Amino acid sequence: MTTMTLGRALTGALRRSLADDPRVVVMGEDVGALGGVYRITDGLQAEFGAERVIDTPLAESAIVGTAIGLAMRGFRPVCEIQFDGFVFPAFDQIVSQLARMRSRTRGAVGLPLTIRIPVGGGIGAAEHHSESPEAYFVHTPGLRTVTVATPQDAHTMLRQAIACDDPVIFFEPKRRYHVKGEVDLDADLADAPPFDGARVLTMGDDVTLVTFGALVPTALDVAAVAADEGVGVEVVDLRSLSPLDLDTVAASVRRTGRVVVAHEAPRRAGVGAELVAAITEACFAYLETAPVRVTGHDIPYPPSRLEGHHLPDLDRILDGVDRALGRADVEVAP
Amino acid sequence: MSTTTPDALRAARDAPAVQLLDETGQRHPSPAYDPFVADLEPAALRDLYRDLVVVRRLDAEATALQRQGELALWPPLLGQEAAQVGSGRALRADDFVFSSYREHAVAYTRGVTPTDLVRVWRGITLSGWDPTAVGMATPQVIIGAQTLHATGYAMGIRADGSDAVAVAYFGDGATSEGDVAEAMVFAASFRAPVLFFCQNNQWAISEPVRVQSTGVLADRAGGFGIPAIRVDGNDVVAVLAATRSALARIRAGEGPMFIEAVTYRMGPHTTADDPTRYRDAADLDVWRERDPIERLARHLRGRGALDDDTEGAVRAEADRAAAELRAGCLALADPEPLSIFDHVYAGPHRDLDRQRDDYAAYLRGFDA
Repeated sequence: MTTMTLGRALTGALRRSLADDPRVVVMGEDVGALGGVYRITDGLQAEFGAERVIDTPLAESAIVGTAIGLAMRGFRPVCEIQFDGFVFPAFDQIVSQLARMRSRTRGAVGLPLTIRIPVGGGIGAAEHHSESPEAYFVHTPGLRTVTVATPQDAHTMLRQAIACDDPVIFFEPKRRYHVKGEVDLDADLADAPPFDGARVLTMGDDVTLVTFGALVPTALDVAAVAADEGVGVEVVDLRSLSPLDLDTVAASVRRTGRVVVAHEAPRRAGVGAELVAAITEACFAYLETAPVRVTGHDIPYPPSRLEGHHLPDLDRILDGVDRALGRADVEVAP
Repeated sequence: MSTTTPDALRAARDAPAVQLLDETGQRHPSPAYDPFVADLEPAALRDLYRDLVVVRRLDAEATALQRQGELALWPPLLGQEAAQVGSGRALRADDFVFSSYREHAVAYTRGVTPTDLVRVWRGITLSGWDPTAVGMATPQVIIGAQTLHATGYAMGIRADGSDAVAVAYFGDGATSEGDVAEAMVFAASFRAPVLFFCQNNQWAISEPVRVQSTGVLADRAGGFGIPAIRVDGNDVVAVLAATRSALARIRAGEGPMFIEAVTYRMGPHTTADDPTRYRDAADLDVWRERDPIERLARHLRGRGALDDDTEGAVRAEADRAAAELRAGCLALADPEPLSIFDHVYAGPHRDLDRQRDDYAAYLRGFDA
């Protein structure tokens, strides 16, 4: 075990994947000498060469589109999209090509391609640098979409994503790149839990709190504060957004009878909407109160000085827990 | 408002193009391109002639099948036979083609069977063949998207140390797409062994090429640092020569090339289109004079290399291919309903597996 940041754990996963499989290539803007704007590819070009850690021209559609061609040639590309808000020029290639190729060709052509995207707000950034676009990808059949909250998951799940024969959208919570934790760099992937499963982080009998990515540490804080007030919050880290591990979530909700879902993205048709619908279908008879969503507002991402009013934080999620317990004085808008 | 003069548009339309066979079938020498077709003795020319006749016949049969309700849609290649056969026959088996949806003749040269050509258009599958088996991706519907796949594939060829070439087929309309520009940027930056083969058939559904560009399409490549050839796309010998010359240069490691094959879409965009709404029938008369098949036939007859018996045999072969296509098409059954859930993912997927089970149970409810 080694203590390292989430960002370093990702770098280690890329290094290990490049070393283990000669068909893995890393490509994106500034991933070479600079090591990426977040330094996740730091040192990799020096170690593996410019043919395998490729600085691309500034064209996101082409980063994904040429990675598709490389995958058709038998490579296993890992694309870096520099910021969440920059993925949209590549959206057509992702949705219309990447996600469909295996189905289109009746299994003849699979695309084992990973797209890494730093995601979310909370870093005081300029416009288009704080987006949470996960719902677009979750809505697209043919893609797997995952996100991570801990250094160990960052390391293991990125390796699993790269090894996966399906295209994977891999969201990295950028404001947690510096979170530290223990990482077993030598762990065998065969021993790791599947990367499409959720994980229960705290046991609690009163409310299930489902979240993912950057809000996982916040959710743990919520559970600690609630515990001081005698409320047991069971935190579920989804990890995989597509598919959703409904079995794990539903097992918890059936026990607690109450659920709060939290994410940074806007509420309308977000991952929380799908979760709440699926939970309601699966656990209707067990629910004591209506499911509660604590999310970003349905607004374009605000200027950074106001992002604290947009992003769910400890207090807003605690307020959600109160509402799920039926003891809030704040009414939910219809 | 556009300041482009009619003279400039005419200049773009009439810009020089490599031509080895003129409209009367007369062969003109070309020191630059003759070496690439030195092997075209009458027998080889007759093979090209047979290809052209067969693919036109297959195209006509597919159009008829659509009119009879057996195909959902068909995008005819009528008029573009030489551009497709000439380029397709220049390729090696280990080259890889990324095409749009009109390159039936290219697919034919890759060995795709007549029946496989129409599977997609019958609506029973999204791809008619295994791309890895024939070295050709299945038809791309999103305009220009495949040029990026070709470029990436070519980057992989280069990394593998192979001298194979990836070929991207697209039309004049696609040259306006950002993906095509991005593909040329990447191809040039990485010296990718990719051939950009643009069939300028003058029309993007109803929009004439002047809407896409007031200049010569081939001239665009130079801006990306990619050499280009403009070739008479209705001259199968010139197309073959131009493509071979481009492939030789690419195989030598000199990076991407661009070919603009100037041709004409004699039919509708697809069988759902009505070109009488937007184009002048007189235009068709002009291009009928430039017909790619008649031109080669005149040349062969002029050399005493095509007699009535041979023509009859070629027609009979084309009819056999058409009959095979028709019989194959009519025998194509709808796939099993639950097959729609296959191959969405490589392995198990919790959500989709549940949906498949639910739908299977629903369908079983109809079993009495």
